This record gives sequence, structure tokens and C-alpha cells, in this order.
Amino acid sequence: MFEYDFMRHAFAAAAIVGVLGGVVGWFLVLRAQTFAGHALGHIGFAGATGAALIGIAPLWGLVGMTLAGGVAIGLLGERLAQRDVAIGIVLAFALGLGLLFLHFYTAYASETTALLFGNLLGVDRHTVWLLAGLGAVSLGGMALIARPLLFASLQPELAAARGVNPRLVSVLFLAVAAIATAESAEIVGVLLVFALLVGPAAAAQRLTPRIGAGVALAAGLAVAEGWAGLAAAYVTDWPSTFWIATFSAGVYLLTGLATGLAPRR
Amino acid sequence: MNAIECEGLTLALGGRDILHRITLAVAAREFVGVLGPNGAGKTTLMRAILGLLAPREGQLRVLGRPAARGNRAVGYMPQARGEQGLHLRGWDFVAAAGGPRWGLPWRGAAERAAVDRALALVDATALARRPLAALSGGERQRLLLAQALLGEPRLLLLDEPLISLDPHRQAEVVALVRQVQQSLGIAVLFSAHEINPLLGAMDRVLYLGAGKAAIGPVAEVITGPVLSELYATPIEVLQVRGRFFVMSGGQDMEHAAHRHEHAHTHGGTP
Ligand SMILES: Nc1ncnc2c1ncn2[C@@H]1O[C@H](COP(=O)(O)OP(=O)(O)OP(=O)(O)O)[C@@H](O)[C@H]1O
Ligand SMILES: [Mg+2]
Repeated sequence: MFEYDFMRHAFAAAAIVGVLGGVVGWFLVLRAQTFAGHALGHIGFAGATGAALIGIAPLWGLVGMTLAGGVAIGLLGERLAQRDVAIGIVLAFALGLGLLFLHFYTAYASETTALLFGNLLGVDRHTVWLLAGLGAVSLGGMALIARPLLFASLQPELAAARGVNPRLVSVLFLAVAAIATAESAEIVGVLLVFALLVGPAAAAQRLTPRIGAGVALAAGLAVAEGWAGLAAAYVTDWPSTFWIATFSAGVYLLTGLATGLAPRR
Repeated sequence: MNAIECEGLTLALGGRDILHRITLAVAAREFVGVLGPNGAGKTTLMRAILGLLAPREGQLRVLGRPAARGNRAVGYMPQARGEQGLHLRGWDFVAAAGGPRWGLPWRGAAERAAVDRALALVDATALARRPLAALSGGERQRLLLAQALLGEPRLLLLDEPLISLDPHRQAEVVALVRQVQQSLGIAVLFSAHEINPLLGAMDRVLYLGAGKAAIGPVAEVITGPVLSELYATPIEVLQVRGRFFVMSGGQDMEHAAHRHEHAHTHGGTP
């Protein structure tokens, strides 16, 4: 299957997004902010359709809106960032707004489907480079904030006392999470970002109590699930997003069974 | 040099004075129990000492300098314990509180040694190999104490370390803190709802109530006249077999507060 350009691009894109999504997802799960990640995808939908409407590449609209949304959630403060009601309402509004943009854009149904459910096989060379560039910047950002982020996530009061600025760290993290969400949406669509962002990370947290190993495992699982999904899509000709979501859920359930069956300490 | 010096210190939250013009000093190697009912301002005072809350008026000096954030010489165990990261290994959890630096959380040899030292001090080296979720409340408390000891503080602020522990574990934690405090020669502020578990360990008691503070030896502070003046209401102190009972209108104040606190913590733990 590697004789086709689109397959090679798809594998490269899945690797890039898997690494970023796994790393960022691990911290989203740790901070109980996964719902914020979910909402960012929907906010991105409005951005992507809006961008299409005014004639820019949807990926830029996606990144722009998720970034604005992430920073806004971060600025609203730690407590609000975990408040599901407010986030849910904004999420619904963003989807509605996206629908309105689509109404004016009168787009082909296939483009809408691609936004909502992803289009991994449609990723071109240019997009791969874009994903790689954004991914590198985001991972660089994570490398910069990982230490205070971990501290502030586990012991917010103590971190603040020791001189960490929790608000700043939170805003920076949600900005990175926004880019990771936008990249995941490019692969599996805004509706299924959980499959790449949360599934592998949650499974990794069940498998290891170590921080470094957990982050690495989350990234590895996300890449593996993306690749397996692609291979399965190639063989069956079913949508790759379906397969990725299936593997994500399957691995999560399996790890639950495995840790559930393991002897209690 | 005193560990803490307050002079005419007023701390306010949301426009309301929580502590009003209190003056007190805690010496360098002193273990002070901080008592007072819910909402008396125990947590607020500690947050001010950490520089997380600026005084509305008056002076607050910590280890000879005005209270400020980022003081490595002050260790802190917050009352609000995070619910996050329970699947993590104890060691990783403790080490996460290494410091405010930017960058990757790689722990160098020196940092790892510091974490191991803090764990050894509270005899939690073996516990730290397990995930937090597999530890009891008292065992988790010991890891939190190790975390507060990182950075070799000269002043340790412990906010309600006895919450949700049974009397036996309470005595263990108090004895452990006392032993660590004496072997390191540091000052400790230890807040609690009940005075009895602290009786053998503390040098002096700081009683907060109605915006005011009284500090001194237990025998001088935990008395009917002092507490009555603090609360501006008649209070009796009974002493039975070395234990104190602070009574107001025939009700045991401390035990009432304690029960209340129990209901809270049990609701919150998974
Ligand atoms: N943001 C706020 N605005 C106004 N008042 C506040 C605010 N936060 C806390 N308070 C009040 O400050 C008072 C002191 O609170 P603090 O947490 O210091 O009490 P405490 O002695 O630690 O109580 P507890 O034993 O319940 O832990 C309480 O009466 C509380 O209602
Ligand atoms: Mg308190």
C-alpha cells in the first residue's frame, strides 16, 4: 500500500498527529480537561467553515479558532476550564455557527463530512508539512511548559506558592492543546478528536503509573492506532476514521479489562 | 531570627476582614498548633505567609523578610488536596513539586536524591513505589509531608494534616511531624480542628477566632477566660484525664467542627 502517495502522506500525517495528540492528551486526561479538548474541536468547526466561506484553507480556520478558544478557556481560569456547563453551551453555539457558515457557503456535502469526520486519505504533501511544522512548534511548547504544568496540575496551591504562575501555564497549555485538537480534527474530524486525543492517553494512564513512560506510551498508542486504522481502511475500504475510533475504543476497553483482572495490590 | 512575625496584621477576603490587627511571633524552632473553628482563618493565614494573599494592613515577615511567593524556605501542605493524578506513582507525584522552573520534568541526580531524602525523612520510601490510588489516607498524608519537605524548608506550614484520619493515625502523623521538626530544627505551623491530638507535640498554641488571635502555652490559651474573650461569648474549658473539651453553651465546639469536616471529606474521596 506504500506505492501510493496518498497512503504515504496519510501514514506520515497519522504519525505526526499521533505523537502530538498522545502527549497533549496525557496532560488533558491528567488535568480532567478532556471535555475542553472536545469543545475545542467543535469551536474549530466554526473556524474551518468560516475560513472556507471567505476562501482560506479550512486548516488555518481550524487552527485559528481553536487557538482563540483555547486561550479564552485558559484565561477564564482553572475552575471555569473544568466547568462542563459553560463549555458545553459554547460548544453548541460554535456548531450552530459552523452550520450557518455552511449554509452560506453551500459547500459540497463531502467537504462537510471531511470536516466532521476527517479525511486522512485526502491529506496532500503540503498539508503533511503544515502538520509537521505546527506539530514541532506545539511539541516545543510542551517541552517548555511540561515541568510547571505537571506541578500546577498535581498541586496547584503549592505550585502557586513556589512561584509557578498557574494562569499563564494553563493558557499556554490550552494553546498547545488547541493546535493538537486542530491537527486531530484534520485526521479524524472535529466530532472524533477524542479518538486520538483522549483514547490513547487514557489507556496509557491505566497501563503505567510513571509519568515519562505514560506520556511516551500515549504517543506510541496514538500512532499505532492511527496506522492500524489506515491499514484496516486500505484492506476493507471502510472509512479510516471508523477504524481509528474503533481501535482507540478497543485498546481503552482492553486496558480496562487487563487492569481490572490484574491482582489487586 | 523569628520564623514568622505579624504586627497589626489584617487579612481580608472579598472586602471582609478575616483576621483583624493580629500581632504574634513564631520562633525559629517552634512547633505551633493552629486551632480555631471552621472559617476562623487558619488557611487564610497560611496563604498570607506564603505570599498568596497580600496583607490589607500591617506587617508580615517570614524568616526575616516580607512574605513573598516563591520562597523555597517555606514548605506547605495545602488543605485542598488535588484529586488529579491518583494513578501516578507516589515518587513521581512527590517529585512533581520540585520547583517552578520551565522545561522538561527530567529529574537530575541531585533532584532525585532530594526526593529520596524527603521520602526517607517521613519513612515513605517503600510507599512511594505504589500508585497514590493504592495508598490509604494516612499513607498519602506522609507523601504530602515529604512533598512539603522538598527544598529543605526552615518553616513548614501544614494545613489540616489530620483530616479524615482515625485517632491512631492522627497520633502517628503528629509524632512524625514532631520528630521531623526536631531533627531538622525547623518551625512548624500545624492547623487542626481538635487540640487533643497535638497536646504532647506542640510548643505553643495559636487560637484564631472572631478575627482575633491568641498565642501562648496551652495552659495559658486554652482557658475559659481567654477563649471567652476571643469569641466574646461565655466559653468553658473542661479538662478530663489530660484531654481538653472546649464547651460553649453546653456544646463541645471542637467535636462539632470535627464531625462537620468528616462529612465533607468523605463526600469528596472516591
Ligand atoms: N473569596 C472569599 N471572599 C470572602 N470571604 C472568603 C473568601 N474565601 C474565603 N472566605 C472566608 O474566609 C474565612 C476564612 O477561611 P479559611 O479557609 O481561612 O478558614 P479556616 O480556618 O481554614 O477554616 P476550615 O477549618 O474550614 O479550613 C471563611 O469564613 C470564609 O468564608
Ligand atoms: Mg482551612
